[in-house]
Amino acid sequence: MEEKELFVQGNEACALGAISAGCRFFAGYPITPSTEIAEIMSKKLPTVGGHFVQMEDEISAVGAIIGASWAGQKVVTATSGPGVSLMQENIGYAAITETPIVVINMQRGSPSTGQPTRSAQADMMQARWGSHGDYEIIALAPSSVQECFDYTIKAFNLAEQYRVPVLVMADEIVGHMREKITIPSEIEVVPRTMPEKVDNYLPFDADDNSTTPMPAFAEGFNVHITGLTHDERGYPSTDDPDVHTKLVTRLCNKILSKRNEMALIETEFLDDADTIVISYGIPSRSALTAVKQAREKGLKVGYIKLGIVWPFPEEKLLELTANASRIIIPELNLGQIYLEVDRVLGKHAKVELISKIGGALHTPDEILSKILEE
Amino acid sequence: MRKEIRIGGFGGQGVLMCGIIIAKAASLFDNNYAVQTQSYGPEARGGASRTEIVISDEQIDYPKVEHPEIFVAMSHEALIKYIDDIQDNALLIIDPDLVYKEEIDNIIKEKNLVTYTSPATKTAQDTIGRAIVANIVMLGSFVEATNLITKEAAKEAILASVPEGTEDMNLQAFDEGIKIVEKT
Repeated sequence: MEEKELFVQGNEACALGAISAGCRFFAGYPITPSTEIAEIMSKKLPTVGGHFVQMEDEISAVGAIIGASWAGQKVVTATSGPGVSLMQENIGYAAITETPIVVINMQRGSPSTGQPTRSAQADMMQARWGSHGDYEIIALAPSSVQECFDYTIKAFNLAEQYRVPVLVMADEIVGHMREKITIPSEIEVVPRTMPEKVDNYLPFDADDNSTTPMPAFAEGFNVHITGLTHDERGYPSTDDPDVHTKLVTRLCNKILSKRNEMALIETEFLDDADTIVISYGIPSRSALTAVKQAREKGLKVGYIKLGIVWPFPEEKLLELTANASRIIIPELNLGQIYLEVDRVLGKHAKVELISKIGGALHTPDEILSKILEE
Repeated sequence: MRKEIRIGGFGGQGVLMCGIIIAKAASLFDNNYAVQTQSYGPEARGGASRTEIVISDEQIDYPKVEHPEIFVAMSHEALIKYIDDIQDNALLIIDPDLVYKEEIDNIIKEKNLVTYTSPATKTAQDTIGRAIVANIVMLGSFVEATNLITKEAAKEAILASVPEGTEDMNLQAFDEGIKIVEKT
């Protein structure tokens, strides 16, 4: 394929990214501001041999993609806050059954149906804690249309690599704005590799902190899948504390132990920075403008952008901010990832939140004023 | 060179398409950077609607328009609703048949705006024979008045955006727009 340049919306870039990553199944229930993704997938998937299903609701949508994933397909759904709330039970089911799925959340004003046409980043904690129980997911936060494309591909690759639900935590602004994107001639895609067929095959016999190659239905594997606590065979084993401890610890640690290795961090002006603005998603665009303006004023201010928010890259951030005494984090919510930043960096730096809700993006001035407060 | 542009009109007039073509021309065909955003919501269906474009020769960090230095108004409602945060000395292009200019004379004076008129809707109707291309007539006027994108890039972007079979009509509309724009 030749390199291509396109001028598209973030939503379209997500859809193109999904198809480029090998996605051939979409099930969903259209919701503003993610509707264009469903619309584009419904047109494009049939042309590449894939399938699009409009479901009766978001509960069944995520159920359908879990099923299609076990049938050997790479799968995605796209929604917004109200839809993600309905998906929570099955996201937990995907976590415990180690089913690779990608969920795109074009965040909008919330709670409940909130502000359908406005932006927010208020589902960031839900992304990690929304379903019941101890489990881990991966969450990415694109800040540009190019990143909508790149991070969606990355989401599919991480889902395959770790056999885990991956959430693309975008927002209304990035979903609807248009920018030029470059589609490279070669795209790195992690393929679905089937396990080897051996006697006494154990589908969930993974080492600590890891997972196993994923079998598929109708390929000759003896596979049993359940949301109940299960042993290496996949059979329910709900009374044995050791089986439960081993399984749930492994599900968490296969992600947490890789949090620094998989970190997707961009930095600017960190060398001599005593104040650092840490951001993720669309406010990063305002943050970078503000940091550049502060530098023009001669202030020692640095910039860190988190591409992957969950798992939170604790040690990496500690290392990058070791010499900073002040951290500022702008978010389109009342303080969510701020809590995580404060937990990790609060011992050596003063962590300050710039909260904004209502639907509009922080202006660079709002971030610059905070920088100038000290 | 960061340039902030706003285009306002009423829903259905094609201001969004006009904005997309400008941004597409700048980024794909002039090899500059561009971001296009839009008002998004129920107001896009009938009431005042707007699109905003940032064009720059460097990568664009902050993607939104704060204080436009070019404002194209294709309806009076949009003009009044969206003119507040316009920059001093900004360039204002209006369709004089859809806007009561006398109502904003005080703002023009106060902010020292440079005003152009482009009877885009009348020209689309009378000269081209299709009111629907008023947005492309206005695009021609925009290019002529601002020089922010090249005519060649604008034409390429029109051809890449309009429905098949309407290319000639749209290019003609663009050329008319270049001719009719006048500084007041």
